[in-house]
Amino acid sequence: MRYIPNSPEERESMLKSLALTDINDLFQRIPENLRLNDAIGIGQPMSEPDLIAHFRHLASQNAADFQSFLGAGAYSHFIPVIIDSLISRSEFFTAYTPYQPELSQGTLQYIFEFQTMVCQLTGMEVANASLYDASTGVAEAVLMAQRVTRRNKIIIAGSVHPQYREVVKTYTRNLDTVVEILPFTEAGTVDLNALKIDKETAAVVIQSPNFFGCIEDLASLADAAHQSGALLVACFSEAQSLGALKSPGACGADIVVGEGQSFGIPLSYGGPYCGLFATLDKYIRQMPGRLVGETKDDKGNRGYVLTLSTREQHIRREKATSNICTNQGLFALMATIYLATTGRKGVQEVARQNLQKAHYAASAIGQLPGYSIKFSAPFFNEFVVQTPRPAKDILKNLIDRKIVGGLALDTYYPEMTNSMLVCVTETTRRPAIDQLVDSLASEAEIQQPVLENPE
Amino acid sequence: MSNILEDLSYTKDHEWIRVSGDSATVGITDHAQNQLGDVVYVELPRVGDKFDLSESFGSVESVKAVSEIYMPIAGTVTQVNEALNESPEKVNEDPYGTGWMIVIKMDDPSQVDSLLSAIEYEDYIKSEGAE
Repeated sequence: MRYIPNSPEERESMLKSLALTDINDLFQRIPENLRLNDAIGIGQPMSEPDLIAHFRHLASQNAADFQSFLGAGAYSHFIPVIIDSLISRSEFFTAYTPYQPELSQGTLQYIFEFQTMVCQLTGMEVANASLYDASTGVAEAVLMAQRVTRRNKIIIAGSVHPQYREVVKTYTRNLDTVVEILPFTEAGTVDLNALKIDKETAAVVIQSPNFFGCIEDLASLADAAHQSGALLVACFSEAQSLGALKSPGACGADIVVGEGQSFGIPLSYGGPYCGLFATLDKYIRQMPGRLVGETKDDKGNRGYVLTLSTREQHIRREKATSNICTNQGLFALMATIYLATTGRKGVQEVARQNLQKAHYAASAIGQLPGYSIKFSAPFFNEFVVQTPRPAKDILKNLIDRKIVGGLALDTYYPEMTNSMLVCVTETTRRPAIDQLVDSLASEAEIQQPVLENPE
Repeated sequence: MSNILEDLSYTKDHEWIRVSGDSATVGITDHAQNQLGDVVYVELPRVGDKFDLSESFGSVESVKAVSEIYMPIAGTVTQVNEALNESPEKVNEDPYGTGWMIVIKMDDPSQVDSLLSAIEYEDYIKSEGAE
């Protein structure tokens, strides 16, 4: 089988017509030190049976039979089988993006339904056709708030996912944006007393449930922001929380942005995911991305159109509000099918199970000698456990028992050595929670060696 | 037939300018709004922004197209018609009145002399239409 469709003769003839002798002459413009000079480390070619055997071997190394309590922005939820069947239809699966949109009525209809359901969930007036993921969504929201207010200071909560904050920093690194971090209290939520919004502040960015799983007081933050003419950007990493909590829109948020992975999208080693983005009607012109509208044709039939994409890169690149709004449409479709099949009551039921199972686990772990629940603020399905020894050591030992116990928080918060973030969803069964509790109990009893490095 | 006011000056990009001392009000012509169709959004600069002659200071978005709007004269923006944020349709309804866009302080008022008069502008759009 030939993978390169032109023969050595054809390549030679093409080079000759360009007055070149070697294919590397085409890359002379790229500085030598930036060129890939080694082979790509994927090994030698293989026959098809060898390749299948190779991937079976790799797959066997997955920790498929491990119990995982890892959340922190990516959540294990039940995925209805209907999703894979429907997205596999070639009309959906092979389409990239509707550049001749009106010919793609099926695609436009599901995007319209996606936007509608995102509005219903977030309590907002208008939602776009999705972005890459929550982290880039938060960064886009920050840029949008600057466009709306014509101010350049951003206050971002220290309890916002650390990776989202990093993406915001990357996006704004070469702009005039000033990014200030709002500290959090011992309760695990932002310190409202430390909030200093001034006339330069474009937005306050808050996550709820926050990175520690705690639920923030969005309404108070919205009031504080609005008093100074700033916007409240409310984000979330766990979309299922929308089935249990008062919507960010009802709390007064101006821009709501979040991760849609929880709605039927597999974990996939951390991506690709689906960014949700919603705002108020009055800010629609400053919203990144595209929007699908419903209309009627000249015979009165219902139809869908790609509207408000005038600021998108494929039309007026230099005026675009965002240059990554070519969304991963298939993921928006997965979220749409999930929400349509789960329904309003189903989303509430999933949220209820998350809440109850997580609180059962937290209560049991909190009663263990040496352990406590670090933050007192209400939480949804994630909570921080204070551990008797460095959390990293405990988590490492749990791996031997086939348990991924959570995330050691000192990865992102160096001062939190003895803290780990634990997530429990509807897919976690009670025996698994009890096994985690037992394992943590036995970890508390392990005595630290007196001398770690006897040198 | 498009409405062309005699006391204004015009550009080939279909902006009008009304001079008053060293200030001037700028908008788009009746002909331009007719060509664009229903205006749904006007993107305007901020007070204090400085632009050169012929530099784009904003854009007009209609149901048909997005068009840049250009400075008829170099200057600094002193007023912006914020009412267009809420009611962009004023550009269609009253392009020379409530549909004005910006007021500028001119860098060099003599630049007005090189703009088109009402008669020249009328001839210009006739010749454009004939092409």
